[in-house]
Amino acid sequence: MRVVVAEDHALLRDGLTRLLTAYGVEVALALDGTDGLAAALAREDIDAAILDVRLPPTFTDEGLRAAIAARAARPGFPVMVLSQYVEHLYARELLASGDGGVGYLLKDRVADAGDFVDSVRRVAAGGTVLDPEVVATLMSRRRIEPVERLTERERDVIALMAQGRSNAAIAGALFVSEKAVAKHINGIFTKLDLPVAGDDHRRVLAVLAWLKV
Amino acid sequence: MSSTSRPSWRATGYGVGHLLMAVPLALLLSWAAICLGLAVIGVGIPLARPLGPAIAVLARANARMAGSFLGREVPVAALPKAVGGPWRATITWFGVRAWWQLMLWLLFACSGGLVLSAVAAAVPVGVLALIITALSLSVSGSAPASVPVLLVVAAVMLNPLWWFCGGAVMRLRTQIEAAILSPDPSQELERRVADLTLSRADSLDSSAAELRRIERDLHDGAQARLVSLGMSLGMAVDLLDRNPELARKLLLEARDTTGAALGDLRAVVRGIHPPVLADRGLIGAVQALAVDLPIPVTVDAALPGRAPEPVESAAYFAIAECLANVVKHSGASCAWIVIAAPGGRLRLVVGDDGRGGAHAARGTGLVGVARRLAAFDGTMELASPDGGPTVVTMEVPCEWLSPRITPSYGTA
Repeated sequence: MRVVVAEDHALLRDGLTRLLTAYGVEVALALDGTDGLAAALAREDIDAAILDVRLPPTFTDEGLRAAIAARAARPGFPVMVLSQYVEHLYARELLASGDGGVGYLLKDRVADAGDFVDSVRRVAAGGTVLDPEVVATLMSRRRIEPVERLTERERDVIALMAQGRSNAAIAGALFVSEKAVAKHINGIFTKLDLPVAGDDHRRVLAVLAWLKV
Repeated sequence: MSSTSRPSWRATGYGVGHLLMAVPLALLLSWAAICLGLAVIGVGIPLARPLGPAIAVLARANARMAGSFLGREVPVAALPKAVGGPWRATITWFGVRAWWQLMLWLLFACSGGLVLSAVAAAVPVGVLALIITALSLSVSGSAPASVPVLLVVAAVMLNPLWWFCGGAVMRLRTQIEAAILSPDPSQELERRVADLTLSRADSLDSSAAELRRIERDLHDGAQARLVSLGMSLGMAVDLLDRNPELARKLLLEARDTTGAALGDLRAVVRGIHPPVLADRGLIGAVQALAVDLPIPVTVDAALPGRAPEPVESAAYFAIAECLANVVKHSGASCAWIVIAAPGGRLRLVVGDDGRGGAHAARGTGLVGVARRLAAFDGTMELASPDGGPTVVTMEVPCEWLSPRITPSYGTA
């Protein structure tokens, strides 16, 4: 897998590059800003991008906007956005930029290197990975139709789905069998009136429906 | 009556008010005349003692009416407090500009002003009377048929006069009134200095309290965690050769501690200047607040540019506090936020459909908001009848900065 990294902080940029390389992800280009970023994201040989939200020149949300622009030009292009803080609003904007292939994590998560690289791989494969902090704010919110119809257990399952976990991982986290997880996921699909389509696609749609509440 | 209704109708309403007020004013005028007559033998002077304060009460009521008609504040010159007995007080007031302004206003309100109000009020009343007379005459048939017709024609001709001039007549009266009562500029400046001294002391207090809170948060949070991080790492280095298993445990602990320290720092930063406010400005930051709330919140916002950073920050925290109150106390099922910029001011409105009955004095949160806004010369109004809805309206004078140029991502 070949990725582009954009991070203005030299220490973090080098750290990320080192970490990814150590886990077998090739960093084709590590940029310190948005100069040349659009061109790099258009390259055919790049499989995914890892972007910091704050980049020069204004240090506000350039990385987020670059991610959305790249996905507009290349639908489904996998992007992992990293930030010092997470906003539900930004998560929504990223998810609205197309189905799947989106990650939004706190920079802190990089500390758990194995988990972080796993998340990058899941995003590159078209999955959706949201930071547990975003998921936690969603869990604390009062529910509105149709998500209100989900049972407590089904909500636990969708929260883990939003973090990009596989059925096996969800089963492990909730101490239930994989079969039970599959049953819950089917329940979620039915209750959210999701169209019959590929399983991966439906997972993304379910998370989207849940986020938009 | 809404401010958008035809000025003539409102002029009539205020005119009727003025006519009613003419009764006490005429009494006061006669009192003044008696005092003037008795002044020759000296008794008139102490007798004039209650005149000033009594006129002031009516003048303020009139100024409020004039203010709502003109759509601007009509300030009234304040009469200084009475000193000593009736003799001394009245003599002192003779040297005070405001006292003579009140006397002049009394004269105006009983003469020219009264005539103007009568014109504004009487025409529609007269028109109504003419039409009723015409109707009763034509029904009873006691007069020639031409009389009711003439009366109706007269009424119809008077009508446009009132329709087009009623508002102007009332405007004339209220403007003269405002001019007579307007306070001495130096008095106005004194009041302003007193206000500013108070709000400056308040904001110094609250910023000192803010700094103490931040210091405590950092001391108890991130700082303490970094100390423990240092200890874990130091022990891990010592144990690396002797007990690698324990060293590994300590390193894992150190990793968790960094995460917790970062979480603490994030919370502190959010309390100082929320990153999303820096990224997206006031509207974006308020939208981010709204999506995080457990109830649906509609945001209706339009601004000509960005407000200066301190104003933006005060506005953001004010809205955040109001929304926190909505969630904690109101039991509302939905809330709304309006952000607008009428006439060089930033207006923020936060409403909810909850149970109402909120008091600014009861919770310290809203008092804090009012203080924060006062530092920028801003105001806060709370309307929260029992049973709801609760609406908080805040206004801050504001100079707009041109919208920031956002970098574009070319396909270069």
